Amino acid sequence: MDFISILSIFVLACFVGYFVVWGVTPALHTPLMAVTNAISSVIIVGALIAAAAAGVPGAKWLGLLAVVLASVNIFGGFAVTARMLAMYKKKERR
Amino acid sequence: MHESAAVPAWALISYLVSGVCFIVALRGLSSPESAQRGNRFGIAGMVLAVVTTLAVHLPVAHDMVCTYVPVNGQACQSLPDGGHGIDGPAILEILIAIGIGAAIGLDTARRIAMTAMPQLVAAFHSLVGMAAVLVAAAAYLNPDAFGIATGGIIHRVSRVEMGLGAAIGAITFSGSVIAFLKLNGNMSGKPILLPGRHVINLGTLAAILGLIAYFTTDQSGWVFFTAAGLSFLIGFLLIVPIGGADMPVVVSMLNSYSGWAAAAMGFTLHNTAMIVTGALVGSSGAILSYIMCRAMNRSFISVIAGGFGGDAAAAGGGAAIDRPWKRGSAEDAAFLMSQAEQVIIVPGYGMAVAQAQHALREMGDILKKEGVTVKYAIHPVAGRMPGHMNVLLAEANVPYDEVFELEDINSEFARTDVAFVIGANDVTNPAAKTDKSSPIYGMPVLDVEKAKTVLFVKRSMGGVGYAGVDNELFYRDNTMMLLADAKKMVEEIVKALG
Repeated sequence: MDFISILSIFVLACFVGYFVVWGVTPALHTPLMAVTNAISSVIIVGALIAAAAAGVPGAKWLGLLAVVLASVNIFGGFAVTARMLAMYKKKERR
Repeated sequence: MHESAAVPAWALISYLVSGVCFIVALRGLSSPESAQRGNRFGIAGMVLAVVTTLAVHLPVAHDMVCTYVPVNGQACQSLPDGGHGIDGPAILEILIAIGIGAAIGLDTARRIAMTAMPQLVAAFHSLVGMAAVLVAAAAYLNPDAFGIATGGIIHRVSRVEMGLGAAIGAITFSGSVIAFLKLNGNMSGKPILLPGRHVINLGTLAAILGLIAYFTTDQSGWVFFTAAGLSFLIGFLLIVPIGGADMPVVVSMLNSYSGWAAAAMGFTLHNTAMIVTGALVGSSGAILSYIMCRAMNRSFISVIAGGFGGDAAAAGGGAAIDRPWKRGSAEDAAFLMSQAEQVIIVPGYGMAVAQAQHALREMGDILKKEGVTVKYAIHPVAGRMPGHMNVLLAEANVPYDEVFELEDINSEFARTDVAFVIGANDVTNPAAKTDKSSPIYGMPVLDVEKAKTVLFVKRSMGGVGYAGVDNELFYRDNTMMLLADAKKMVEEIVKALG
Protein backbone atom coordinates (compact mmCIF):
# COMPACT_ATOMS: atom_id res chain seq x y z
CA MET A 1 0.00 0.00 0.00
CA ASP A 2 1.35 3.42 -0.78
CA PHE A 3 1.24 6.38 1.56
CA ILE A 4 -1.74 8.00 -0.17
CA SER A 5 -4.01 4.94 0.16
CA ILE A 6 -3.10 4.65 3.82
CA LEU A 7 -3.77 8.33 4.37
CA SER A 8 -7.15 7.95 2.64
CA ILE A 9 -8.12 5.09 4.96
CA PHE A 10 -7.03 7.15 7.92
CA VAL A 11 -8.97 10.28 6.96
CA LEU A 12 -12.14 8.33 6.19
CA ALA A 13 -11.80 6.39 9.45
CA CYS A 14 -11.59 9.69 11.33
CA PHE A 15 -14.95 10.66 9.89
CA VAL A 16 -16.43 7.28 10.77
CA GLY A 17 -15.04 7.72 14.29
CA TYR A 18 -16.52 11.19 14.58
CA PHE A 19 -20.03 10.06 13.72
CA VAL A 20 -19.95 6.79 15.63
CA VAL A 21 -18.67 8.45 18.80
CA TRP A 22 -21.29 11.20 18.72
CA GLY A 23 -23.82 8.37 18.58
CA VAL A 24 -22.59 6.93 21.89
CA THR A 25 -25.01 7.66 24.72
CA PRO A 26 -23.42 9.85 27.44
CA ALA A 27 -24.38 7.23 30.02
CA LEU A 28 -21.82 4.92 28.42
CA HIS A 29 -18.93 7.37 28.12
CA THR A 30 -16.87 5.59 30.78
CA PRO A 31 -17.24 2.17 29.09
CA LEU A 32 -16.42 3.97 25.83
CA MET A 33 -13.10 5.09 27.25
CA ALA A 34 -12.36 1.65 28.63
CA VAL A 35 -13.13 -0.07 25.34
CA THR A 36 -11.29 2.46 23.16
CA ASN A 37 -8.36 1.90 25.46
CA ALA A 38 -8.61 -1.84 24.91
CA ILE A 39 -8.81 -1.56 21.13
CA SER A 40 -5.98 0.95 20.88
CA SER A 41 -3.85 -1.91 22.19
CA VAL A 42 -4.09 -3.29 18.66
CA ILE A 43 -0.59 -1.84 18.70
CA ILE A 44 0.22 -5.36 19.88
CA VAL A 45 0.40 -6.16 16.14
CA GLY A 46 3.62 -4.15 15.95
CA ALA A 47 4.84 -5.65 19.20
CA LEU A 48 4.28 -9.20 17.90
CA ILE A 49 6.14 -8.47 14.67
CA ALA A 50 9.11 -7.20 16.67
CA ALA A 51 8.95 -10.12 19.10
CA ALA A 52 8.73 -12.70 16.32
CA ALA A 53 11.60 -11.33 14.25
CA ALA A 54 14.99 -12.90 14.62
CA GLY A 55 18.27 -11.07 14.17
CA VAL A 56 18.28 -8.10 16.52
CA PRO A 57 17.93 -9.27 20.14
CA GLY A 58 17.35 -5.74 21.49
CA ALA A 59 14.38 -5.20 19.20
CA LYS A 60 13.00 -8.60 20.10
CA TRP A 61 13.05 -7.93 23.85
CA LEU A 62 11.50 -4.51 23.40
CA GLY A 63 8.81 -6.25 21.34
CA LEU A 64 8.18 -8.85 24.02
CA LEU A 65 7.89 -6.17 26.69
CA ALA A 66 5.43 -4.29 24.48
CA VAL A 67 3.44 -7.52 24.06
CA VAL A 68 3.14 -7.77 27.85
CA LEU A 69 2.02 -4.14 28.23
CA ALA A 70 -0.47 -4.34 25.37
CA SER A 71 -1.85 -7.64 26.68
CA VAL A 72 -2.49 -6.12 30.10
CA ASN A 73 -4.54 -3.50 28.32
CA ILE A 74 -6.36 -5.85 25.99
CA PHE A 75 -7.45 -8.32 28.66
CA GLY A 76 -7.93 -5.70 31.37
CA GLY A 77 -9.72 -3.25 29.08
CA PHE A 78 -12.22 -5.67 27.61
CA ALA A 79 -12.83 -7.36 30.97
CA VAL A 80 -13.48 -4.14 32.85
CA THR A 81 -15.74 -2.93 30.05
CA ALA A 82 -17.73 -6.16 30.19
CA ARG A 83 -17.95 -5.81 33.97
CA MET A 84 -19.30 -2.27 33.71
CA LEU A 85 -21.75 -3.02 30.93
CA ALA A 86 -23.20 -5.96 32.88
CA MET A 87 -24.24 -3.49 35.59
CA TYR A 88 -26.49 -1.41 33.35
CA LYS A 89 -30.01 -2.68 33.94
CA LYS A 90 -33.41 -1.53 32.83
CA LYS A 91 -36.24 -0.77 35.20
CA GLU A 92 -38.13 -3.92 36.15
CA ARG A 93 -41.68 -3.60 34.94
CA ARG A 94 -44.22 -5.39 37.05
CA MET B 1 9.57 -4.65 -3.69
CA HIS B 2 9.67 -3.93 0.04
CA GLU B 3 9.03 -6.71 2.41
CA SER B 4 5.77 -5.14 3.58
CA ALA B 5 4.39 -5.96 0.14
CA ALA B 6 4.86 -9.59 1.07
CA VAL B 7 2.01 -9.47 3.59
CA PRO B 8 -0.47 -11.79 1.87
CA ALA B 9 -3.77 -10.47 0.61
CA TRP B 10 -5.83 -12.58 3.01
CA ALA B 11 -4.02 -10.94 5.89
CA LEU B 12 -4.77 -7.46 4.56
CA ILE B 13 -8.45 -8.40 4.32
CA SER B 14 -8.40 -9.87 7.77
CA TYR B 15 -6.89 -6.66 9.24
CA LEU B 16 -9.63 -4.73 7.48
CA VAL B 17 -12.30 -6.99 8.99
CA SER B 18 -10.69 -6.46 12.37
CA GLY B 19 -10.92 -2.68 11.88
CA VAL B 20 -14.61 -3.02 10.96
CA CYS B 21 -15.19 -5.07 14.13
CA PHE B 22 -13.82 -2.16 16.17
CA ILE B 23 -16.18 0.28 14.45
CA VAL B 24 -19.11 -2.05 15.21
CA ALA B 25 -17.90 -2.30 18.82
CA LEU B 26 -18.13 1.47 19.32
CA ARG B 27 -21.41 1.59 17.44
CA GLY B 28 -22.82 -0.88 19.97
CA LEU B 29 -22.32 1.68 22.74
CA SER B 30 -25.14 3.80 21.32
CA SER B 31 -27.43 2.03 23.79
CA PRO B 32 -26.93 -0.13 26.89
CA GLU B 33 -28.89 -2.95 25.20
CA SER B 34 -26.45 -3.39 22.33
CA ALA B 35 -23.33 -2.47 24.28
CA GLN B 36 -22.38 -5.94 25.47
CA ARG B 37 -22.65 -7.31 21.95
CA GLY B 38 -20.46 -4.42 20.83
CA ASN B 39 -17.81 -5.37 23.37
CA ARG B 40 -17.78 -8.92 22.00
CA PHE B 41 -17.19 -7.53 18.52
CA GLY B 42 -14.23 -5.63 19.91
CA ILE B 43 -12.80 -8.82 21.38
CA ALA B 44 -13.36 -10.66 18.08
CA GLY B 45 -11.56 -7.90 16.18
CA MET B 46 -8.61 -8.09 18.55
CA VAL B 47 -8.36 -11.89 18.36
CA LEU B 48 -8.46 -11.67 14.57
CA ALA B 49 -5.70 -9.05 14.48
CA VAL B 50 -3.46 -11.03 16.83
CA VAL B 51 -4.02 -14.39 15.11
CA THR B 52 -3.42 -12.86 11.68
CA THR B 53 -0.19 -11.25 12.83
CA LEU B 54 1.07 -14.45 14.42
CA ALA B 55 0.17 -16.46 11.31
CA VAL B 56 1.99 -14.08 8.98
CA HIS B 57 5.00 -13.43 11.18
CA LEU B 58 5.52 -16.83 12.75
CA PRO B 59 9.16 -17.12 13.71
CA VAL B 60 9.83 -19.44 10.78
CA ALA B 61 11.40 -19.62 7.35
CA HIS B 62 9.36 -17.24 5.24
CA ASP B 63 8.87 -19.47 2.20
CA MET B 64 6.53 -21.74 4.07
CA VAL B 65 3.97 -19.24 5.23
CA CYS B 66 3.71 -16.03 3.42
CA THR B 67 4.41 -15.91 -0.25
CA TYR B 68 1.55 -14.49 -2.22
CA VAL B 69 -1.38 -16.65 -1.27
CA PRO B 70 -4.18 -15.95 -3.77
CA VAL B 71 -7.33 -14.44 -2.33
CA ASN B 72 -9.70 -17.35 -2.19
CA GLY B 73 -12.17 -16.73 0.58
CA GLN B 74 -11.11 -17.69 4.06
CA ALA B 75 -8.90 -20.58 3.03
CA CYS B 76 -5.84 -19.30 4.83
CA GLN B 77 -7.49 -18.12 8.06
CA SER B 78 -5.51 -20.50 10.24
CA LEU B 79 -2.24 -21.67 8.86
CA PRO B 80 -0.93 -25.01 10.04
CA ASP B 81 1.51 -24.34 12.81
CA GLY B 82 2.81 -27.86 13.08
CA GLY B 83 5.00 -27.51 10.01
CA HIS B 84 8.73 -27.64 9.78
CA GLY B 85 11.17 -24.93 10.68
CA ILE B 86 9.04 -23.21 13.33
CA ASP B 87 11.03 -21.53 16.07
CA GLY B 88 9.31 -23.13 19.04
CA PRO B 89 11.04 -21.20 21.87
CA ALA B 90 10.26 -17.88 20.16
CA ILE B 91 6.55 -18.75 20.00
CA LEU B 92 6.65 -19.87 23.60
CA GLU B 93 8.17 -16.53 24.61
CA ILE B 94 5.38 -14.65 22.89
CA LEU B 95 2.70 -16.81 24.48
CA ILE B 96 4.28 -16.33 27.90
CA ALA B 97 4.34 -12.56 27.33
CA ILE B 98 0.66 -12.59 26.43
CA GLY B 99 -0.06 -14.83 29.42
CA ILE B 100 1.67 -12.47 31.87
CA GLY B 101 -0.25 -9.51 30.46
CA ALA B 102 -3.54 -11.43 30.56
CA ALA B 103 -3.04 -12.43 34.19
CA ILE B 104 -2.26 -8.87 35.30
CA GLY B 105 -5.02 -7.35 33.19
CA LEU B 106 -7.79 -9.75 34.20
CA ASP B 107 -6.87 -9.59 37.87
CA THR B 108 -6.87 -5.78 37.83
CA ALA B 109 -10.17 -5.62 35.95
CA ARG B 110 -11.82 -7.96 38.44
CA ARG B 111 -10.60 -6.17 41.55
CA ILE B 112 -10.82 -2.48 40.66
CA ALA B 113 -13.47 -0.43 42.50
CA MET B 114 -15.80 1.52 40.22
CA THR B 115 -14.88 4.74 42.03
CA ALA B 116 -11.27 4.14 40.93
CA MET B 117 -12.15 3.80 37.24
CA PRO B 118 -10.55 7.14 36.25
CA GLN B 119 -7.20 6.08 37.72
CA LEU B 120 -7.44 2.71 36.03
CA VAL B 121 -8.14 4.23 32.64
CA ALA B 122 -5.22 6.64 33.11
CA ALA B 123 -2.95 3.73 34.02
CA PHE B 124 -4.09 1.77 30.98
CA HIS B 125 -3.44 4.77 28.73
CA SER B 126 0.12 4.94 30.02
CA LEU B 127 0.62 1.30 28.98
CA VAL B 128 -0.59 1.97 25.43
CA GLY B 129 1.77 4.94 25.27
CA MET B 130 4.73 2.91 26.49
CA ALA B 131 3.90 0.05 24.11
CA ALA B 132 3.90 2.54 21.22
CA VAL B 133 7.33 3.84 22.24
CA LEU B 134 8.71 0.30 22.53
CA VAL B 135 7.30 -0.73 19.16
CA ALA B 136 8.73 2.40 17.53
CA ALA B 137 12.11 1.72 19.13
CA ALA B 138 12.00 -1.91 18.00
CA ALA B 139 11.12 -0.78 14.49
CA TYR B 140 14.06 1.59 14.59
CA LEU B 141 16.46 -1.13 15.76
CA ASN B 142 15.19 -3.83 13.39
CA PRO B 143 13.59 -2.02 10.44
CA ASP B 144 13.94 -5.05 8.14
CA ALA B 145 11.49 -7.04 10.23
CA PHE B 146 8.91 -4.33 9.66
CA GLY B 147 9.70 -4.03 5.97
CA ILE B 148 10.42 -0.32 6.24
CA ALA B 149 14.05 -0.27 5.11
CA THR B 150 16.04 -0.98 2.00
CA GLY B 151 19.62 -2.07 2.64
CA GLY B 152 19.60 -0.81 6.22
CA ILE B 153 18.37 2.66 5.23
CA ILE B 154 14.96 3.36 6.78
CA HIS B 155 12.50 4.97 4.35
CA ARG B 156 12.05 8.67 5.02
CA VAL B 157 8.28 8.53 5.41
CA SER B 158 8.69 5.69 7.88
CA ARG B 159 11.19 7.74 9.89
CA VAL B 160 8.65 10.53 10.33
CA GLU B 161 5.94 8.03 11.21
CA MET B 162 8.00 6.17 13.80
CA GLY B 163 9.31 9.46 15.19
CA LEU B 164 5.79 10.76 15.64
CA GLY B 165 4.62 7.41 17.02
CA ALA B 166 7.38 7.39 19.62
CA ALA B 167 6.81 11.06 20.51
CA ILE B 168 3.03 10.77 20.93
CA GLY B 169 3.44 7.49 22.77
CA ALA B 170 5.96 9.01 25.16
CA ILE B 171 3.73 12.03 25.86
CA THR B 172 0.81 9.65 26.46
CA PHE B 173 2.92 7.61 28.85
CA SER B 174 4.33 10.31 31.09
CA GLY B 175 1.15 12.41 30.94
CA SER B 176 -0.95 9.43 31.96
CA VAL B 177 1.39 8.56 34.80
CA ILE B 178 0.95 12.08 36.22
CA ALA B 179 -2.81 11.93 35.67
CA PHE B 180 -2.87 8.59 37.47
CA LEU B 181 -0.89 9.94 40.43
CA LYS B 182 -3.19 12.95 40.73
CA LEU B 183 -6.40 10.93 40.42
CA ASN B 184 -5.13 8.26 42.78
CA GLY B 185 -4.18 10.84 45.39
CA ASN B 186 -0.45 10.00 45.35
CA MET B 187 0.13 13.53 44.16
CA SER B 188 -1.72 16.68 45.14
CA GLY B 189 -4.55 17.64 42.80
CA LYS B 190 -3.37 21.23 43.07
CA PRO B 191 -1.78 22.58 39.93
CA ILE B 192 2.00 22.86 40.14
CA LEU B 193 3.07 25.96 38.25
CA LEU B 194 6.65 26.29 37.09
CA PRO B 195 7.83 29.79 36.22
CA GLY B 196 8.04 30.34 32.47
CA ARG B 197 6.40 27.02 31.81
CA HIS B 198 4.77 28.09 28.55
CA VAL B 199 8.16 29.04 27.12
CA ILE B 200 9.72 25.79 28.32
CA ASN B 201 6.86 23.73 26.88
CA LEU B 202 6.83 25.43 23.51
CA GLY B 203 10.61 25.21 23.31
CA THR B 204 10.58 21.49 24.10
CA LEU B 205 7.80 20.88 21.59
CA ALA B 206 9.72 22.77 18.89
CA ALA B 207 12.86 20.77 19.70
CA ILE B 208 10.95 17.48 19.32
CA LEU B 209 9.49 18.48 15.96
CA GLY B 210 12.89 19.78 14.81
CA LEU B 211 14.56 16.50 15.78
CA ILE B 212 11.93 14.46 13.92
CA ALA B 213 12.47 16.64 10.85
CA TYR B 214 16.25 16.19 11.17
CA PHE B 215 15.70 12.45 11.59
CA THR B 216 14.68 12.27 7.92
CA THR B 217 18.19 13.28 6.88
CA ASP B 218 20.14 11.48 9.59
CA GLN B 219 18.91 8.20 11.02
CA SER B 220 21.40 8.15 13.91
CA GLY B 221 20.21 6.74 17.19
CA TRP B 222 20.78 9.89 19.21
CA VAL B 223 18.23 11.81 17.10
CA PHE B 224 15.51 9.23 17.61
CA PHE B 225 16.15 8.63 21.29
CA THR B 226 16.59 12.31 22.17
CA ALA B 227 13.25 13.07 20.53
CA ALA B 228 11.65 10.26 22.53
CA GLY B 229 13.31 11.43 25.74
CA LEU B 230 12.15 15.02 25.29
CA SER B 231 8.63 13.70 24.62
CA PHE B 232 8.62 11.91 27.97
CA LEU B 233 9.64 15.19 29.54
CA ILE B 234 6.97 17.29 27.87
CA GLY B 235 4.20 14.81 28.74
CA PHE B 236 5.18 15.35 32.36
CA LEU B 237 5.45 19.15 32.00
CA LEU B 238 2.09 19.40 30.24
CA ILE B 239 0.00 17.60 32.87
CA VAL B 240 1.71 18.75 36.09
CA PRO B 241 0.18 22.28 36.00
CA ILE B 242 -3.38 21.02 35.44
CA GLY B 243 -5.63 20.96 38.51
CA GLY B 244 -7.63 17.98 39.81
CA ALA B 245 -10.98 19.37 38.68
CA ASP B 246 -9.81 19.42 35.07
CA MET B 247 -8.79 15.77 35.11
CA PRO B 248 -11.86 14.62 33.12
CA VAL B 249 -10.54 16.67 30.19
CA VAL B 250 -7.00 15.39 30.68
CA VAL B 251 -8.03 11.75 30.78
CA SER B 252 -10.09 12.23 27.60
CA MET B 253 -7.21 14.02 25.92
CA LEU B 254 -4.75 11.25 26.78
CA ASN B 255 -7.29 8.75 25.47
CA SER B 256 -7.13 10.64 22.21
CA TYR B 257 -3.32 10.68 22.20
CA SER B 258 -3.12 6.93 22.76
CA GLY B 259 -5.23 6.59 19.62
CA TRP B 260 -3.02 8.89 17.55
CA ALA B 261 0.05 6.95 18.74
CA ALA B 262 -1.52 3.71 17.51
CA ALA B 263 -2.42 5.38 14.20
CA ALA B 264 1.14 6.63 13.69
CA MET B 265 2.48 3.11 14.21
CA GLY B 266 -0.23 1.85 11.85
CA PHE B 267 1.20 4.14 9.17
CA THR B 268 4.65 2.68 9.82
CA LEU B 269 3.37 -0.88 9.53
CA HIS B 270 0.88 -0.16 6.72
CA ASN B 271 -1.69 -1.85 8.91
CA THR B 272 -5.39 -1.09 8.34
CA ALA B 273 -6.56 -2.40 11.71
CA MET B 274 -4.19 -0.06 13.54
CA ILE B 275 -5.00 2.93 11.38
CA VAL B 276 -8.76 2.50 11.69
CA THR B 277 -8.47 1.93 15.43
CA GLY B 278 -6.17 4.89 15.88
CA ALA B 279 -8.59 7.14 14.04
CA LEU B 280 -11.55 5.85 16.07
CA VAL B 281 -9.84 6.21 19.42
CA GLY B 282 -8.29 9.53 18.48
CA SER B 283 -11.62 11.05 17.53
CA SER B 284 -13.35 9.46 20.49
CA GLY B 285 -10.96 11.07 22.95
CA ALA B 286 -11.11 14.39 21.13
CA ILE B 287 -14.91 14.44 21.22
CA LEU B 288 -14.99 13.51 24.91
CA SER B 289 -12.51 16.31 25.66
CA TYR B 290 -14.76 18.71 23.78
CA ILE B 291 -17.86 17.55 25.67
CA MET B 292 -16.08 17.93 29.00
CA CYS B 293 -14.77 21.41 28.13
CA ARG B 294 -18.23 22.51 27.04
CA ALA B 295 -19.74 21.16 30.26
CA MET B 296 -17.35 23.34 32.22
CA ASN B 297 -17.59 26.27 29.81
CA ARG B 298 -13.83 26.32 29.44
CA SER B 299 -11.78 26.38 26.30
CA PHE B 300 -9.50 23.46 25.60
CA ILE B 301 -6.56 25.85 25.46
CA SER B 302 -7.25 27.23 28.91
CA VAL B 303 -7.47 23.74 30.36
CA ILE B 304 -4.17 22.76 28.76
CA ALA B 305 -2.56 26.00 29.93
CA GLY B 306 -3.39 24.79 33.43
CA GLY B 307 -3.51 26.52 36.78
CA PHE B 308 -7.27 26.32 37.32
CA GLY B 309 -8.51 25.43 40.78
CA GLY B 310 -5.50 26.68 42.70
CA ASP B 311 -5.45 30.46 42.84
CA ALA B 312 -9.17 30.74 42.19
CA ALA B 313 -9.97 28.66 45.25
CA ALA B 314 -7.88 30.92 47.44
CA ALA B 315 -9.48 34.07 46.05
CA GLY B 316 -13.13 33.05 46.29
CA GLY B 317 -12.84 31.09 49.55
CA GLY B 318 -14.08 33.43 52.22
CA ALA B 319 -17.29 34.64 50.54
CA ALA B 320 -20.42 35.66 52.43
CA ILE B 321 -20.81 32.86 54.95
CA ASP B 322 -22.90 34.89 57.38
CA ARG B 323 -26.10 34.99 55.38
CA PRO B 324 -29.13 33.22 56.90
CA TRP B 325 -29.86 29.68 55.82
CA LYS B 326 -32.20 26.89 56.88
CA ARG B 327 -31.09 23.66 58.40
CA GLY B 328 -33.20 20.52 58.14
CA SER B 329 -33.12 17.10 59.73
CA ALA B 330 -33.35 13.65 58.22
CA GLU B 331 -36.97 13.47 59.42
CA ASP B 332 -37.84 16.75 57.63
CA ALA B 333 -36.27 15.43 54.44
CA ALA B 334 -38.08 12.10 54.73
CA PHE B 335 -41.41 13.85 55.26
CA LEU B 336 -40.95 16.26 52.34
CA MET B 337 -39.93 13.54 49.95
CA SER B 338 -42.64 11.06 50.95
CA GLN B 339 -45.25 13.77 50.30
CA ALA B 340 -43.79 14.63 46.91
CA GLU B 341 -45.04 13.53 43.53
CA GLN B 342 -41.64 13.73 41.92
CA VAL B 343 -38.15 13.77 43.41
CA ILE B 344 -35.05 14.42 41.32
CA ILE B 345 -31.77 13.25 42.84
CA VAL B 346 -28.67 15.20 41.78
CA PRO B 347 -25.55 13.18 42.68
CA GLY B 348 -22.02 14.52 42.52
CA TYR B 349 -18.58 13.15 43.14
CA GLY B 350 -19.00 13.77 46.88
CA MET B 351 -21.62 11.03 46.88
CA ALA B 352 -19.11 8.60 45.41
CA VAL B 353 -16.42 9.62 47.90
CA ALA B 354 -18.84 8.98 50.77
CA GLN B 355 -19.87 5.66 49.12
CA ALA B 356 -23.49 6.73 49.51
CA GLN B 357 -24.79 5.33 46.22
CA HIS B 358 -26.18 2.09 47.64
CA ALA B 359 -27.99 3.84 50.49
CA LEU B 360 -29.26 6.36 47.95
CA ARG B 361 -30.73 3.64 45.76
CA GLU B 362 -32.41 2.14 48.83
CA MET B 363 -33.94 5.54 49.57
CA GLY B 364 -35.13 5.77 45.97
CA ASP B 365 -36.71 2.30 46.20
CA ILE B 366 -38.70 3.19 49.33
CA LEU B 367 -39.92 6.42 47.76
CA LYS B 368 -40.97 4.57 44.60
CA LYS B 369 -42.95 2.10 46.70
CA GLU B 370 -44.81 5.03 48.21
CA GLY B 371 -45.76 6.17 44.72
CA VAL B 372 -43.19 8.92 44.30
CA THR B 373 -41.57 9.29 40.88
CA VAL B 374 -37.79 9.21 41.35
CA LYS B 375 -35.34 10.40 38.72
CA TYR B 376 -31.62 11.04 38.71
CA ALA B 377 -30.06 14.08 37.02
CA ILE B 378 -26.43 13.84 35.92
CA HIS B 379 -24.20 16.74 35.00
CA PRO B 380 -21.50 15.77 32.45
CA VAL B 381 -18.71 16.63 34.90
CA ALA B 382 -20.40 15.12 37.95
CA GLY B 383 -17.72 12.43 38.22
CA ARG B 384 -13.98 12.33 37.63
CA MET B 385 -14.30 11.17 34.03
CA PRO B 386 -16.99 11.26 31.32
CA GLY B 387 -19.95 9.09 32.31
CA HIS B 388 -18.40 8.14 35.65
CA MET B 389 -21.52 8.90 37.69
CA ASN B 390 -23.67 6.71 35.43
CA VAL B 391 -21.40 3.75 36.11
CA LEU B 392 -21.50 4.36 39.86
CA LEU B 393 -25.30 4.48 39.85
CA ALA B 394 -25.49 1.40 37.63
CA GLU B 395 -23.26 -0.38 40.12
CA ALA B 396 -25.73 0.51 42.87
CA ASN B 397 -28.48 -1.10 40.74
CA VAL B 398 -30.16 2.13 39.72
CA PRO B 399 -31.95 1.33 36.42
CA TYR B 400 -30.39 3.34 33.60
CA ASP B 401 -33.76 4.56 32.34
CA GLU B 402 -34.23 6.52 35.58
CA VAL B 403 -30.97 8.39 34.97
CA PHE B 404 -31.10 11.50 32.79
CA GLU B 405 -28.57 13.84 31.24
CA LEU B 406 -28.64 17.58 31.92
CA GLU B 407 -30.37 18.70 28.72
CA ASP B 408 -33.01 15.98 29.02
CA ILE B 409 -34.10 16.78 32.55
CA ASN B 410 -33.45 20.47 33.12
CA SER B 411 -36.94 21.52 32.04
CA GLU B 412 -38.44 19.13 34.61
CA PHE B 413 -37.19 20.85 37.77
CA ALA B 414 -39.97 23.44 37.55
CA ARG B 415 -42.49 20.59 37.82
CA THR B 416 -40.63 18.82 40.61
CA ASP B 417 -41.46 18.92 44.30
CA VAL B 418 -38.07 18.03 45.72
CA ALA B 419 -34.58 18.27 44.24
CA PHE B 420 -32.19 16.21 46.37
CA VAL B 421 -28.61 17.42 45.81
CA ILE B 422 -25.99 15.09 47.24
CA GLY B 423 -22.25 15.58 46.90
CA ALA B 424 -22.63 18.08 44.03
CA ASN B 425 -22.11 21.82 44.31
CA ASP B 426 -20.80 23.91 41.41
CA VAL B 427 -23.00 22.12 38.89
CA THR B 428 -26.11 23.43 40.68
CA ASN B 429 -24.91 26.99 41.26
CA PRO B 430 -27.39 29.50 39.79
CA ALA B 431 -24.58 32.10 39.72
CA ALA B 432 -23.39 30.37 36.54
CA LYS B 433 -26.50 31.77 34.86
CA THR B 434 -26.67 35.22 36.41
CA ASP B 435 -23.38 36.42 37.88
CA LYS B 436 -21.01 37.56 35.16
CA SER B 437 -18.18 37.99 37.66
CA SER B 438 -18.35 34.36 38.80
CA PRO B 439 -15.54 32.08 37.61
CA ILE B 440 -18.15 29.53 36.58
CA TYR B 441 -20.32 32.02 34.66
CA GLY B 442 -21.65 30.45 31.46
CA MET B 443 -21.18 26.87 32.61
CA PRO B 444 -24.36 24.85 31.95
CA VAL B 445 -25.88 23.98 35.33
CA LEU B 446 -28.81 21.95 36.61
CA ASP B 447 -31.77 24.23 37.37
CA VAL B 448 -32.39 22.71 40.81
CA GLU B 449 -33.51 26.03 42.31
CA LYS B 450 -36.69 25.82 40.22
CA ALA B 451 -37.93 22.84 42.23
CA LYS B 452 -40.41 23.59 45.02
CA THR B 453 -37.91 22.50 47.65
CA VAL B 454 -34.19 21.89 47.36
CA LEU B 455 -32.60 19.52 49.85
CA PHE B 456 -28.85 20.01 49.87
CA VAL B 457 -26.70 17.38 51.55
CA LYS B 458 -23.33 18.80 52.53
CA ARG B 459 -20.75 18.09 55.17
CA SER B 460 -20.60 21.65 56.52
CA MET B 461 -21.41 25.21 55.50
CA GLY B 462 -17.73 26.15 55.30
CA GLY B 463 -16.42 24.35 52.26
CA VAL B 464 -16.79 25.52 48.71
CA GLY B 465 -16.83 23.58 45.45
CA TYR B 466 -13.88 22.94 43.19
CA ALA B 467 -14.25 26.26 41.41
CA GLY B 468 -13.90 27.94 44.82
CA VAL B 469 -17.14 29.92 44.65
CA ASP B 470 -19.92 30.27 47.19
CA ASN B 471 -23.27 28.80 46.11
CA GLU B 472 -26.16 31.20 46.60
CA LEU B 473 -28.49 28.23 46.41
CA PHE B 474 -27.70 27.56 50.11
CA TYR B 475 -29.37 30.80 51.19
CA ARG B 476 -32.58 30.63 49.19
CA ASP B 477 -35.97 30.37 50.87
CA ASN B 478 -36.77 27.05 49.24
CA THR B 479 -33.48 25.41 50.21
CA MET B 480 -33.00 23.24 53.24
CA MET B 481 -29.44 22.28 54.16
CA LEU B 482 -28.86 18.76 55.45
CA LEU B 483 -25.46 19.01 57.10
CA ALA B 484 -23.87 15.59 57.58
CA ASP B 485 -21.79 12.96 55.89
CA ALA B 486 -23.66 12.01 52.73
CA LYS B 487 -23.92 8.32 53.52
CA LYS B 488 -24.99 8.83 57.15
CA MET B 489 -27.62 11.37 56.14
CA VAL B 490 -29.15 9.10 53.50
CA GLU B 491 -29.17 6.17 55.91
CA GLU B 492 -30.98 8.29 58.48
CA ILE B 493 -33.52 9.37 55.87
CA VAL B 494 -34.07 5.72 54.96
CA LYS B 495 -34.67 4.96 58.65
CA ALA B 496 -37.10 7.87 58.97
CA LEU B 497 -38.98 6.73 55.88
CA GLY B 498 -39.26 3.11 57.01
